[in-house]
Amino acid sequence: MKPTNINDPEYFHKVVDCQYACPAHTPVPEYIRLIAAEKYSEAYMVNWESNVFPGVLGRTCDRPCEPACRRGRIEEEPVAICRLKRVAADFKGDVKKMMPQGPFAPNGKKIALIGGGPASLTVARDLAPLGYEIHLFDEQFKGGGMMRSQIPSFRLPAEVLDEEVNYVLDMGIHTHFKKYVSSLKDVLAEGYDAIFVGTGAPKGRDLTELPGREEGKANIHIGIEWLASVAFEHTNKIGKKVIVLGGGNTAMDCCRTSRRLGGEEVKVIVRSPFAEMKASPWEKEDAIHEDIPIIDNHVPKSFVVENGVLKGMMFDKVHAVYDEDGKRLLLPTAEPPVFYEADDVLIAIGQENSFPWIERETGMLFDKWNMPVVDKLTYQSSIPKVFFGGDAAFGPKNVITAIAQGHAAAVSIDLFCSGEDLYKRPDPMTNLVSQKMGIHEWSYDSGIANDHRYVVPQANKTLTLSDRKKEVELGFDVQVAFKEAQRCLNCDVQTIFNFSRCIECDACMDICPTSCITFTTNGEESDLRTRLKAPATNIHQDLYVSENLPTGRVMIKDEDVCLHCGLCAERCPTAAWDMQKYLYNTSKAGHSCQAV
Amino acid sequence: MTYQRPTFKHPGLPKNNLGYTFKEYEGGLSTLCAGCGHDSISASIVEACFKLNIEPHKVAKLSGIGCSSKTPTYFLGNSHGFNSVHGRMPSVATGASLVNQELMYFGVSGDGDSASIGMGQFVHAIRRNLNMVYIVMNNGCYGLTKGQDSATADEGSKSKAGSVNMFQAIDLAGLALELGAGFVAQSFSGDKTQLIPLIEAAMKYEGFAFINVISPCVTFNNNVGSTKSYDYVRQHIEATSTIDFVPIQEEILTNYKEGDHKNIKLHDGSYVMLNKLEKDWDPGDKNSAFSALQKARDKQEILTGLIYLEENPTNLNKLLNTNSSKPLSKLTEKELCPGTKTLQIINDGFK
Repeated sequence: MKPTNINDPEYFHKVVDCQYACPAHTPVPEYIRLIAAEKYSEAYMVNWESNVFPGVLGRTCDRPCEPACRRGRIEEEPVAICRLKRVAADFKGDVKKMMPQGPFAPNGKKIALIGGGPASLTVARDLAPLGYEIHLFDEQFKGGGMMRSQIPSFRLPAEVLDEEVNYVLDMGIHTHFKKYVSSLKDVLAEGYDAIFVGTGAPKGRDLTELPGREEGKANIHIGIEWLASVAFEHTNKIGKKVIVLGGGNTAMDCCRTSRRLGGEEVKVIVRSPFAEMKASPWEKEDAIHEDIPIIDNHVPKSFVVENGVLKGMMFDKVHAVYDEDGKRLLLPTAEPPVFYEADDVLIAIGQENSFPWIERETGMLFDKWNMPVVDKLTYQSSIPKVFFGGDAAFGPKNVITAIAQGHAAAVSIDLFCSGEDLYKRPDPMTNLVSQKMGIHEWSYDSGIANDHRYVVPQANKTLTLSDRKKEVELGFDVQVAFKEAQRCLNCDVQTIFNFSRCIECDACMDICPTSCITFTTNGEESDLRTRLKAPATNIHQDLYVSENLPTGRVMIKDEDVCLHCGLCAERCPTAAWDMQKYLYNTSKAGHSCQAV
Repeated sequence: MTYQRPTFKHPGLPKNNLGYTFKEYEGGLSTLCAGCGHDSISASIVEACFKLNIEPHKVAKLSGIGCSSKTPTYFLGNSHGFNSVHGRMPSVATGASLVNQELMYFGVSGDGDSASIGMGQFVHAIRRNLNMVYIVMNNGCYGLTKGQDSATADEGSKSKAGSVNMFQAIDLAGLALELGAGFVAQSFSGDKTQLIPLIEAAMKYEGFAFINVISPCVTFNNNVGSTKSYDYVRQHIEATSTIDFVPIQEEILTNYKEGDHKNIKLHDGSYVMLNKLEKDWDPGDKNSAFSALQKARDKQEILTGLIYLEENPTNLNKLLNTNSSKPLSKLTEKELCPGTKTLQIINDGFK
């Protein structure tokens, strides 16, 4: 293998698994260390810089970082990254003064943002300090988009959302609430320098073909529409017996909300096997905890309506089989259909995009799935000044992805308005600094805590089920947060190897607690992976290979289960190893090296 | 400074026949200087015991005083250990091996502990042919007292402070050979591919097995001009052969051409496999071993590898004909208290 090029900013970025997995590349270990140091405001700002809504995400994020966490590969559970984010939000001081302070000198450019959800608000946050005049349009009376309409208050209190939405809006955003944009043509005619579409995926899937759908419609609701109507207080009750169809997070929110609006026998009924449901495991757990059974392998057959009143639903039982390619097929089990009683049915089987307001004659190109043609790097549509982001760009994903796309679109809009090439993306900000404080002393806490993951306490069930707005999760207190923060392995503190100093004493290889380091003769990667001190079977993790050493061997470090404990560097007599903190920030709009 | 090693280990570590990973053969976290050759030797012992499926409770580690003699704390943490008086490890080993032959004895010593204060003990341990592995971690200086030249420092070797050693060095391997050790080897802490099979073979040898390991002292004897620095040893190292240890269960699969390899069968049926043999050297012939050592000395080379192996070893217990007796610790009341009748017979003998 060739020596690893550690000057490539992506090499060490990939070692920080959590940050690499985060769509917005939040520097996770950096803020976890700040939490451990009781610097909650600073930890909040590290988050705010990257993901704009730390308080919201600390409660509701899909957490792509946690399955990636290195801790999960050396023991059972990853660090509770998401809930530590909430700790930063819960205990922070006055952070507003740490944010860019307006009013900002205008740069003469005007931007329209269609939709007031996470993607649009991210664009607003990034562009407002640069002097753009920003107009935000949303059909509701408040900003937040699906974070407000689809995430129930018992998971995300309105005050938390309001606070973080307002941090953005207070930057001098011109809001146009209760204004549904019904024509792109009209917006285009208003002379904006750029238009950003962040309208989400507002249309819930229905089961229009199912017998009885029409007859029972008074008691059959589309999940996201129903959640929105609860959130905006148009709906405040539901029948005693409720069936929720679907296995995603929306289904979990629907069933748990039903329990709070009078649903006594609430069931989730889903086509797929339990283990393959789309909902996050913790959301399933929370639903089950609230006495909601999840019945899997049941395919809806019909709505049963008697004398114009919904009585329940019929289901066919299926089982999952997998073909050679691993593709799942749901085959009938030959058992008779089963009937479940219901006063109300909530359909939460997915959502899709809908752009009735974009006229085809504007020249906007749509693909065969009726999705606008959007560039995957620049988020630019076929109309150069119109950009997309969030669920509106490539279909429904999650809040953190919408935020990441908002950042990228903001970079594009800024480049576009400055007349620059949209494909010349600004480089990430990177910084690599030695943590050495003295002999065997580091400026980070290099000790490895053995603690298992701490559980976030929840409020009493009788209390939370009686009040829709009572938050279920209580969050970590400061002491537990510290202990949980100590579980973080500081993967951003990199092991840097300087081959010219190495005397090949093998000390690092002998001391490494997880057998990551091997000195051996070079070879092909597939061959090398088998002859290391411990076989490197996780091919998603890189091997760090040094230049040739005097004895003709090379140093090979398998990044997979490195604890970043610094023992290799402490044991090195010549400081050939050093622990250096790597900070990686994706560039935001205006942060590139432009002439000021 | 980190005084505690994290307890996590690599989830994919290979296991030996006993179901242990090499981690189960490790000891406490070393407090020796960073980069000390002794730590590499400890790691080699760990690896050798792991590979040989040694049950940790069947090993006793014995040592004297010095940096080297601290190391038993850093390997085989689940084995027996005895840290004795300076240079007196062989006495303890003699007593231990006489009262319990079921344990494998691992003597660890240094150049000060063996070649100076303990020289008298060292030579008699060889002469009596204890059934043990005797490893000298040889760094040519007194590391624990700031690096004064030891008795194994080469003539002309320069210390860190600049003074040149004017005395001749004691060649421990040559001495062991002279005194009749059945297994004599020499190695370098920075060459684990050679050191590990040597330790494996020594552990399987049923007699006195001596390994002199050059182990650079990074703090006091790794300077330019020293003949025990990493750089100097690497430049002047000369191997008698490459060495592989083939345990009893395994077949020898590699084929080497006639004339430059030799397989030596050990008592338990395992093999020491030597390849790329030096010319004019035969590990079974003491004369050729002497001459190889002398030639290397003349050329200012450090001869490493297996130097001599007596294929029909003997040991103290065999010589004293005590090799069938049970360990003292396992003697029961029946053996220890033979009864009034027997006592009467003994007493009658004195009348």
